Amino acid sequence: MIVRYFRLHAQTLGAALGRIGSTPVGAALNVLVIAIALALPAGMQVLIENANRLSPAFDDAADFTIYLKLDVDEERGRALSAEIESRAEVESTRFVSKLEGLTELRQSMGFGGALEGLEENPLPHAIRVRPDVRAIDAIDTLASDLEGLPEIDLVQLDRAWVERLRAILALGGRGVDLITVLLATSVILVIGNTIRMEIQNRRTEIEVLKLVGATDGFIRRPFLYTGLCLGGTGAVAAALMIGIGLLLLAGPVRDLAALYATDFRLSGPSFGALGTLIGGGALLGWIGAWIAAARHLRAIEPA
Amino acid sequence: MIRFENVQKRYPGGREALSGVSFSLERGEMAFLTGPSGAGKSTLLKLIALIERPTRGTVLVNQQNTARIRRRRVPYFRQRIGVVFQDHKLLYDRPVFDNVALPLVIAGMKPREIGRRVRASLDQVGLLDRESHPPITLSTGEQQRVGIARAVAARPDVVIADEPTGNLDPALSLDIMKLFERFNEVGVTLLLATHDLELVGHLGHRRIELEGGRLARDSGQ
Repeated sequence: MIVRYFRLHAQTLGAALGRIGSTPVGAALNVLVIAIALALPAGMQVLIENANRLSPAFDDAADFTIYLKLDVDEERGRALSAEIESRAEVESTRFVSKLEGLTELRQSMGFGGALEGLEENPLPHAIRVRPDVRAIDAIDTLASDLEGLPEIDLVQLDRAWVERLRAILALGGRGVDLITVLLATSVILVIGNTIRMEIQNRRTEIEVLKLVGATDGFIRRPFLYTGLCLGGTGAVAAALMIGIGLLLLAGPVRDLAALYATDFRLSGPSFGALGTLIGGGALLGWIGAWIAAARHLRAIEPA
Repeated sequence: MIRFENVQKRYPGGREALSGVSFSLERGEMAFLTGPSGAGKSTLLKLIALIERPTRGTVLVNQQNTARIRRRRVPYFRQRIGVVFQDHKLLYDRPVFDNVALPLVIAGMKPREIGRRVRASLDQVGLLDRESHPPITLSTGEQQRVGIARAVAARPDVVIADEPTGNLDPALSLDIMKLFERFNEVGVTLLLATHDLELVGHLGHRRIELEGGRLARDSGQ
């Protein structure tokens, strides 16, 4: 029984592949449409994931920086730093003199050249504040409290832009999810339509099959396999497109990363993600074919 | 084997194709279904193959009441019936072998068994050397013999044929009928619809005659 089942499936799969191969141009166009519809959301997913890999670098982002007024001298600054450190909400502070600040800036941001041209150090003294983790929620109160001190010019919550980045990424992720749903639906429709036309073209054959006692499952099977192959092939083509896209982006991304003095590289989709893409494509094809077969095969009866 | 009890078939639109038809065909019997065009021959055969269902009355095939066969079970029922058509209804995109193998593939037979049975059937209709030919390269008479080989390949309980010689000249028609007779001799139950009265008279089997949807004459009762 099981052997029989697999034999039938193997035969049908072969026939389905043969049939796709018999109209190469039409099939290629179909696969291309499916590939584009799959490559868009999958590619964007890859980019979002790459961007997400950037943000853990800012996990110590509860830290914030206090910039002192320019007329506050180093001695007063150090005293203030110690004062702030003694607060209950603060775990530690680090005084950053204007000289240290300039050196750090030079090293980390790649602004070396631009800074050489400066005649005098434009930076104020600063204090890096690391809040106590238990006081994370009180961080805004702490910040505005400190901002009230006469020596302090600006309290910059570094967290804010990280949170903004994360919010943007979350929004982007949600957008990609929406696009994925829409384009997945379009893949189902494209394949469903292909299968519908295939069913119309093979109307006579279906009638004959029904006359000699073929079950619905037997008649449906080759169409399901055609859908499966179309979806799967489309997904493989989509993976290739994403690969090419990443290769094209790799150079510019490396250059951009170099400007920010990081060695960030775009990474491609994982094997798991590739498997999901190809499996998903095949599944969408199967679903599209199933819907078309359910709708149209029943209507064909020998007369 | 086949039993009609007071069968009526009215098509949507009101045309009554069969009214009050009763007869029975025993296992191993061979009978001709005759009558002018529009007498209801095709409808009667369609009721046997469950292509149509009776409006009233009972159709029994192999002691099974066809009214009780649900849509999903119809394919399995049809696997036990061989059907031959006037226009052969072959699949022209595949060779003769595959056409004859169709009912066997559907039944899920092993490839070796399929090969054996297909060749046996093709041998019986005298087309063994044509198994790899596309049907379109065969003459009409040969195509009809492929159709017959397909109908008998799965060794069905009963074979029905709708005007199997409708497109053939008298000599070929006689050939085809002789072929059916040979299958009948090995025990196949046969019901053949034809309007070729000369041929029917010549062969002299039971004759069930329809006229205007009613049973006009039945030489077997």
